[in-house]
Amino acid sequence: MPAGLLGIEELDRAQIEALLARAKDFQPIQSQNVKKLDTLRGKMIVNLFYEASTRTRTSFEIAAKRLGGDAVSITASGSSVSKGESLVDTLNTLAAMRPDAIVMRHSASGAPHFLARHLPTPIINAGDGTHEHPTQALLDARTILDRRGSLEGLRVAIIGDIAHSRVARSNVHLLAKFGVDIVLCGPASLLPPELAELAPGVRLTTDIRDAIRGADVIMMLRVQLERQHEASFPASEYFRFYGLRLEHMDLAKPDAIVMHPGPINRGRELASEVADFQRSVILNQVENGIAVRMAVLEKVIG
Amino acid sequence: MSIVIRNGRVIDPASNTDRIADVLIVDGRIAGVAPNLSAPGAEAFDAAGMIVAPGFIDMHVHLREPGFEHAETIESGSRAAAAGGFTSICAMPNTKPVNDSATVTGYIVERARSSAAVNVFPIGAITKGSAGEELSAMGAMKAAGAVALSDDGQPVANSRVMRRAMEFARSYDLPIIDHCEDPGLSAGGDMHEGAQSVRWGLRGIPSASEDVMVARDLLLAQMTGARCHIAHISTANSVAMVDYARRRGLSVTCEATPHHFTLSDRDMAAYDSNYKMKPPLRSPGDRAAVIEGLANGAIDAIATDHAPHPGSEKMQEFERCPFGIIGLETALALALDELVLPGKITVNRMVELFTTGPERVMRLGRGTLAPGAPGDVTIFSLDLAWTYDVNQSCSRSRNSPFHGRTFRGGPVATVVDGEFASTRAL
Repeated sequence: MPAGLLGIEELDRAQIEALLARAKDFQPIQSQNVKKLDTLRGKMIVNLFYEASTRTRTSFEIAAKRLGGDAVSITASGSSVSKGESLVDTLNTLAAMRPDAIVMRHSASGAPHFLARHLPTPIINAGDGTHEHPTQALLDARTILDRRGSLEGLRVAIIGDIAHSRVARSNVHLLAKFGVDIVLCGPASLLPPELAELAPGVRLTTDIRDAIRGADVIMMLRVQLERQHEASFPASEYFRFYGLRLEHMDLAKPDAIVMHPGPINRGRELASEVADFQRSVILNQVENGIAVRMAVLEKVIG
Repeated sequence: MSIVIRNGRVIDPASNTDRIADVLIVDGRIAGVAPNLSAPGAEAFDAAGMIVAPGFIDMHVHLREPGFEHAETIESGSRAAAAGGFTSICAMPNTKPVNDSATVTGYIVERARSSAAVNVFPIGAITKGSAGEELSAMGAMKAAGAVALSDDGQPVANSRVMRRAMEFARSYDLPIIDHCEDPGLSAGGDMHEGAQSVRWGLRGIPSASEDVMVARDLLLAQMTGARCHIAHISTANSVAMVDYARRRGLSVTCEATPHHFTLSDRDMAAYDSNYKMKPPLRSPGDRAAVIEGLANGAIDAIATDHAPHPGSEKMQEFERCPFGIIGLETALALALDELVLPGKITVNRMVELFTTGPERVMRLGRGTLAPGAPGDVTIFSLDLAWTYDVNQSCSRSRNSPFHGRTFRGGPVATVVDGEFASTRAL
């Protein structure tokens, strides 16, 4: 199996630290006048997105280009997917064009893992179903480290639709490797008890106030209605019990930050004032996304 | 035409036999079991060091013919059975068309007569098209050769329909074999619901989806007096409930598959569809309960649920792959490796689970070496190192999680109606 990046779970702490350190090197480039390096000159990256995505796809594309590589993006609609070609056949076709890496997002959990067993090209997972979203967890960690210096001993609350969240899973795997105290919070039907077995240091609660109390970081998740196959909670009262409001911030540490992987739904999982709150780092996450993805692309291809 | 199998350890639970002896088969029937039988002109097979048992019965296979011959045929599936030590197999009705009429039953019987390497017994559908609504023509199917009724794979969700089915099945003296799954609870699930499904972000099939239907069936069996058989039992609760019902005098039985006593959800290779089946590989605790049930008599039979699917269907995203794995060629070896050799059950008990156990449910008139019985014999070895190469399988399909596994024992020869159907080169 060629070395791509399928998930955070299988990385060790040193590998994660190396990627985060390298991302830090790339941060200043984002605000330079000329932002282009030539690390990946002559390299071709294919972004294959089987699910709608604006920020992640654009972020990968910009990351590739800032490293001097070429990138083409393919979205599922309008490709051979709609002609009934199987996933393996589509990927084999793309692999025959000899790209240096395939960045892939797919609605099926494990789709990139399945393909990685059959393809010669390294695959970078840009989100697989409800499983993992490794670059999101890396950029979240980079964003926390920009403000805290160390992950060790922090308390992080992740709140929302945990069951369907690949962001939550990747973050749990990453943070647990650094001894973070993790609280997962959501309605009981979106919070299966087995989540506590994902990694050491994970606690579950259905009470948002309990989750936020003493937190250094509050990560809000989008309510993923497109992944809900049934009515697992009464949507009409979600914000009342699981929406983050300014008053909740008094329970957290005084310098606690608010994060969100986006896209945000103002008034559904967080109040509009919280999104614009001074300790909201949502746009810093987006900015760090490019530096982190540059580090990942360099590691996989460079 | 006669065969004599010399000097094997003959284990025939039906006649309480366990001794070194010869087995003589004349004109397709067992003619005698005794040491030093005189058998002039008979073809001799030296079974010294091996075990000679009544032909094994697999009461749960999918042969895919008619309708899905790209995955399996009666011919290919029955050759896989013979290679695995089975002399009789019962074919589930989810073919195309569904075996819900005497016409289809008759077609399968005829195809088996002309092409099968082992005895093939059709199982008829409970409802027309296995659609769960209208009862199929049970009596006519029985007359055409059906030995049981099942909507395996498309279980009857409506309890009133199942009640009526049991009432009719009882009047025809046919067992109802139920694949117990509450479709509401299992909907959309791809693997056992537990820590592993949560970790992999795959939708779960909770144990309760099996348990609630087992409970329903047991209550309906009590109400109707029908013979009720629970297919591929996989949870600790279901094993306990069947055991309880039997102690209360109900006519209920159940089977377990080799994969459920061999593997749990913890043993799955990530997103590998060769580990995807229904019921799913359960928790280690459920697996232990299945093994205990096989040992203590709560479970009556080992059945493979042999479910061939072509590679094109299994080479997809996990959630799109169909359920099921092939199992005829590995069942006996897994039972030896996982149950007998580690001392969890005796080899005699294992032979029961492959012979008298399924015979008690299906009443095929087989599963014994008594004089006059059909000349079906399974010869196997407890000391036979071999590696399973699925690419050499007699099946048309390759979907097995046991490819590459090395075994310590396995089938050596299979005799069906007095003729060798399969022999392994030693």
